[in-house]
Amino acid sequence: MNPFQFTRVTTPKAAISAVTKESGTYFLAGGTNLIDLMKREVIVPERLVDINKLPLATIEKTSTGLRIGAMAKNSTVAEHELVKKNFPLLSQALNAGASAQLRNMATVGGNMMQRTRCSYFYDNSMPCNKRSPVQAGPDKGQPNGPNGCGAIGGYNRMHAIFGTSEKCIAVHPSDMCIALVALDATVNVSGPKGDRKIPFADFHRLPGDAPQKDNTLQPGELIMSIDLPMNDFAKNSHYLKVRDRASYAFALVSVGVGVDMKGKTIQNVRLAMGGVAHKPWRLTEAEQFLTGKPATEDNFKQAAMLAMKGAKGYGENDFKLTLAPNSIVEALKIATTTA
Amino acid sequence: MTKDTKNPPIDRVDGRMKVTGGAKYFAEFTMPSMTYCVIVSSDIAKGSIASIDTKKAENAPGVVGVFTHQNMPAIPGWDAPAQGNGNGPPPGPPSGGEKYRILHTKEILFDGQPIAMVVADTFERATYAASLVKATYTKQTARTDLTKHLADGVTPKGERAADYVRGTADGYKTAPVTLEANYTIPIEVHNPMEMHGILAHWEGDDKLMIYAKTQGVKATQRAMAQAFKINPDNIRVHTEFMGGGFGMALRTWPQETAVVAISRKIGRPVKLVMTRSQMFTLVGHRPRTVQTINMGADTNGKLVGIAHAATGETASYEDFTEGTVNMTKFMYDCPNVSTRYKIVPLDRGVPIWMRGPGEATGAFALESAMDEMAHKLNLDPIEFRLRNYTETDPEHNRPYSDKNLKEAYQRGADAIGWNKRSNQPSSNRDGEWLIGYGMSSGTFNASRGQATARAILNADGSLTVQCGVTDIGPGSGTAMAMIAHNVLGVPVDKIKVEYGDTSLPNAPMQGGSTITSTVGSAVYDVCTTVKNTLADMATKSGSPLANSKANDLTLADGMLYLEADRSKKVAVADLMRSNNLPAIDKTQQSKGGSEGEKYSMYSFSVHFVQVRVHPVTGVVRVSKAVSVADSGRIVSPNTAASQMIGGVAGGIGMALTEEAVIDHRFGRYINNNLADYHVATSADVPHTETIVIDKPDPYINPMGAKGMGEIALIGFAAAVSNAVFNATGQRIRDLPITPDKVMQKLV
Repeated sequence: MNPFQFTRVTTPKAAISAVTKESGTYFLAGGTNLIDLMKREVIVPERLVDINKLPLATIEKTSTGLRIGAMAKNSTVAEHELVKKNFPLLSQALNAGASAQLRNMATVGGNMMQRTRCSYFYDNSMPCNKRSPVQAGPDKGQPNGPNGCGAIGGYNRMHAIFGTSEKCIAVHPSDMCIALVALDATVNVSGPKGDRKIPFADFHRLPGDAPQKDNTLQPGELIMSIDLPMNDFAKNSHYLKVRDRASYAFALVSVGVGVDMKGKTIQNVRLAMGGVAHKPWRLTEAEQFLTGKPATEDNFKQAAMLAMKGAKGYGENDFKLTLAPNSIVEALKIATTTA
Repeated sequence: MTKDTKNPPIDRVDGRMKVTGGAKYFAEFTMPSMTYCVIVSSDIAKGSIASIDTKKAENAPGVVGVFTHQNMPAIPGWDAPAQGNGNGPPPGPPSGGEKYRILHTKEILFDGQPIAMVVADTFERATYAASLVKATYTKQTARTDLTKHLADGVTPKGERAADYVRGTADGYKTAPVTLEANYTIPIEVHNPMEMHGILAHWEGDDKLMIYAKTQGVKATQRAMAQAFKINPDNIRVHTEFMGGGFGMALRTWPQETAVVAISRKIGRPVKLVMTRSQMFTLVGHRPRTVQTINMGADTNGKLVGIAHAATGETASYEDFTEGTVNMTKFMYDCPNVSTRYKIVPLDRGVPIWMRGPGEATGAFALESAMDEMAHKLNLDPIEFRLRNYTETDPEHNRPYSDKNLKEAYQRGADAIGWNKRSNQPSSNRDGEWLIGYGMSSGTFNASRGQATARAILNADGSLTVQCGVTDIGPGSGTAMAMIAHNVLGVPVDKIKVEYGDTSLPNAPMQGGSTITSTVGSAVYDVCTTVKNTLADMATKSGSPLANSKANDLTLADGMLYLEADRSKKVAVADLMRSNNLPAIDKTQQSKGGSEGEKYSMYSFSVHFVQVRVHPVTGVVRVSKAVSVADSGRIVSPNTAASQMIGGVAGGIGMALTEEAVIDHRFGRYINNNLADYHVATSADVPHTETIVIDKPDPYINPMGAKGMGEIALIGFAAAVSNAVFNATGQRIRDLPITPDKVMQKLV
């Protein structure tokens, strides 16, 4: 680990100004991913701005739903009464992630900002366009090790089947974000140019030619909170996570489902998948197909087929082409039979 | 005295220290002016260092020294031939291979090989300086994929590694029912919680103090004595507690010796604590192994022949062998048996024994094949095993010293609810989940080695028992206390057990399930000598028991009684006082006799599991586990049960989750951390019922106790795989059984 400067701030303004002022400066929240990356020298910050003292950990009702502060801990959000009652999908997804110890440290904002777990990204001797972009520069990231994509033609069992590029096939590792994109969350950010709102589905991006960029935040922008609109999915929702062990493993495939049922009919539905793309993968076409239809296995299968359009395997992850639709059907079955 | 009675469960003697922080592990020791060493590991798996720049590191704050192949201090004893595997300098190279000497040449023989060792005044400064060492390499293509190089297998040296034939090698071919199946296990890494390392301090020119993570303090002492050509008596090694060994600390690794050399060079104590990723490359692993079983049986379910071939990986610079095919030679009554074992030298770090070692690998193949054959014959897998049961060892043609496997099958079957199992796969469901039951057996050699113990009985009735064994966690100290209690009647809470230091009497390494038998016997013998000393004094004239025979006396609660008339007695304290003895202090060497030549001595185990398989997602959960140990008299029931539960946890990892993956284009691990290398979590391990047969082996040692560390794991993976087959009708012969493999079979 390299020496770095450490500053602690107490206001968002100070945090934003500290990060904007000099490049190589990073916000430090729970640190559950950034510190690992620093130990492996994948990220070599010159300065860390500790934002743990910012007053951004509140979870409160709003006129349209719920606002969750960016610094709220994952475990706090998962156990919060309002979240469990109105957004059980979010609670389930959070509890499916990481370990109890990590959830006690990790924040909502930090969870959104976590980097991919692609093995090639974590090893500076291996090729990676995300860690070591072709054209390095101040806003394009630092060159660090060889570029290229080690996962293409290599070990890609955990990798993406949707929205990949020839530069990168990494996946976003978060469980929480799958629930948030399904629940139509909005991200409130503040930055040197003022405040703005980002629809959650637009927060993360696909790799394209710039896999070094995970999201659409501008330099210096700080996540302040997440807004969740009220919905009618609480009764029939389910987060299904298929993983290599029962706890503390990233998803091979995960599916977040929220359904508004009227009798046996699907009035409204939200579907998103994890472990399949560089961003939380919302299944809009499948949602549209299911809306107004009876909750039958046959309809679920057709929806899953629609969801799989454009999916592409890279060898070791070909199983996801089957596991993903299987999991969609399974999650829908469980969600629609929940009392 | 102990053989005929079951032992009561007593608390782990080191338990309180371990949960209150009183137990001090090697890395917790500090010394004045101590320095910290950090290893810089190679980025490539094969080639040579073209250049190495250490200037920045040398100039970094707090740096005391940067050592590479260009300036590494010489290790004087390393030019001599090795003395035994793991007990000295790196053993000689295999035919045609190169010798590996740490920081000796610019050649890179395996991924992660140390290219520099950086020493600084704090751990953080050493870590930072290590990051400033920059090397360039001339790369060569690394051969790391065993599957691609199977043809390069060679038969290693060693009596039991040679090809074995009983009857006709391919006798299975003549059977009416035959089976051929290939089984593979991946590279597994021990991954104990505690990182490996060493703290070395030269107290004088030829006087060395070492705190290490070693499964044998005496072995480390011998290795260092040989490496530095000094008297072993001038070296003290201390390892009282260990945060998990599982075999990885059964040898002195080159980086440990290097730290000692560096410490001598800089004249200050040096501490090395490795990183988790270095735990994958520098302290061994369970070798990837590919196996083929050919089996033939008649329609009555009698085995006609088994041929078992196994090929495992080793390093290009050193042979590593294990007993992968041994179980097949003696487990079943079968007229035609052949085994073949080969190793393939690869550009990889050398493997080391990992719990259950080769036998666990081999049992996965043999016990899976037994299940496959039972299915072909439409026989219950237990019934098939019973039809081929043997009361004598067919490999050595002699009786087993003791074998209660039939009882173990029965008790395990009762406990798991085997009668709920159908011989027809996929016939048991709970909603969407498929339920399956599987079983397997395991076995491991039981033996008694040589050890010395010391017992000091004080006039106040307290007892100290000493032996220089390392207790790596199974509860050896607790077993020593129990045995001493049984011989001398001293209450357990008045017994102090001391171990884990070379200043104590000689003991072997803790490994291979031998310590209770070996060290326990030494404790038994020395305590018996103390007892006899007391009896001699008690039967002398002047004593209340004068003229009694020593054999008629019983020792309990600090009193010697005449067994026939308990009113005749003398207090031990009074006896010692009247003899002017503040303490009775005895040291005794102890070893077995020729019983090992007359009998084949093995521990046996049976594992039963119930699994739940989700056919749509391929998820497998072990929902119930029962392990039965037939390992003689159980000395310490609590710690024995803990060991069995640990075996189940390790077995679930082996069966379902553990695999170290190499990207063969680079020859490097790509999941060298605990997030991506999946050891079983608590959520993966169900309630485990442990059953011990608890019958004394009549021959092996005075306690009748045999080891159980290995059998707790051996065979378990096969039980899981067999249960998955019973649940789904699909057989997965390639561990670990991950959701993708299961789901794809069921589509």
